[in-house]
Amino acid sequence: MIFEFANPKRFMTLSGALLPWFAGAAIILLGVGLYLGLFVAPPDYQQGDTVRIMFIHVPAAWVAMMAYGLMALASLFSLVWRHPLADVAAKTAAPLGALFTTLALITGSLWGKPMWGTYWQWDGRLTSFLILLFLYLGYIALWNAIEDELRAGRAAAILALVGVVNLPIIKFSVDWWTTLHQGESIFRPDGPTISAVFIWPLFLMAFGYTALFMTLWMIRIRTEILERRARTLMLGH
Amino acid sequence: MGAFLHMGGYGVYIWPAYGASILGIGAAIILTLMAYRRAKARLAALEKPRA
Repeated sequence: MIFEFANPKRFMTLSGALLPWFAGAAIILLGVGLYLGLFVAPPDYQQGDTVRIMFIHVPAAWVAMMAYGLMALASLFSLVWRHPLADVAAKTAAPLGALFTTLALITGSLWGKPMWGTYWQWDGRLTSFLILLFLYLGYIALWNAIEDELRAGRAAAILALVGVVNLPIIKFSVDWWTTLHQGESIFRPDGPTISAVFIWPLFLMAFGYTALFMTLWMIRIRTEILERRARTLMLGH
Repeated sequence: MGAFLHMGGYGVYIWPAYGASILGIGAAIILTLMAYRRAKARLAALEKPRA
């Protein structure tokens, strides 16, 4: 059944209908999230105003990891079923994933300086997140290095799947190496340890970042489908 | 306004973090839309029936 929807023509129709909703949701969620995060949330009693960096740091990190998971899933589909749309989906997710990973690293570094006294430390969470960036960059480099599209796609897909082991490492790094980065404070069995006044802007921004990622991802998939169609036409002439 | 920008002394960290995020995301939006327009125009030109 998934293959019926995964046909490029169907994807163009479906994504064309979904795009305005995702784009609209991204604008509203980010607008309200920024307002609550910058103007309504009070300074934290320990971290002061730096807590406002959380509203852009944590969503960027979540989306960076989600994008990798989606890219790996699409790579699996492309490897096992040789599905061309899955190949396009994986390829187009990578630059967006690399962007959100970079933003998570930059904002984290700017949060670390006033709170930990350093921009960078070879802590488990920070290091595994830097590896996530290298995985994205390696994936993009592989696509560019191999001329033949089919072979490039297969090699990149294998790299994406191997790199999946890094996701649980990122997730559990704060428990395995308690060197610097704080532990999980949202998805805990006993509930979040941060107050609602911070949770609200955080979740709105997280959903806003997700909607934004989905919007850009769909447009990039559409672009790649159009480019491949154009290339096929060129060959025909 | 001054107090808002000052952010209890942390403005020097908070605003670059927001600035980098807006810049990065803004660039991604512009590049994505430009590539999309270019691909659409290219395909339209190819699909035009030729004499």
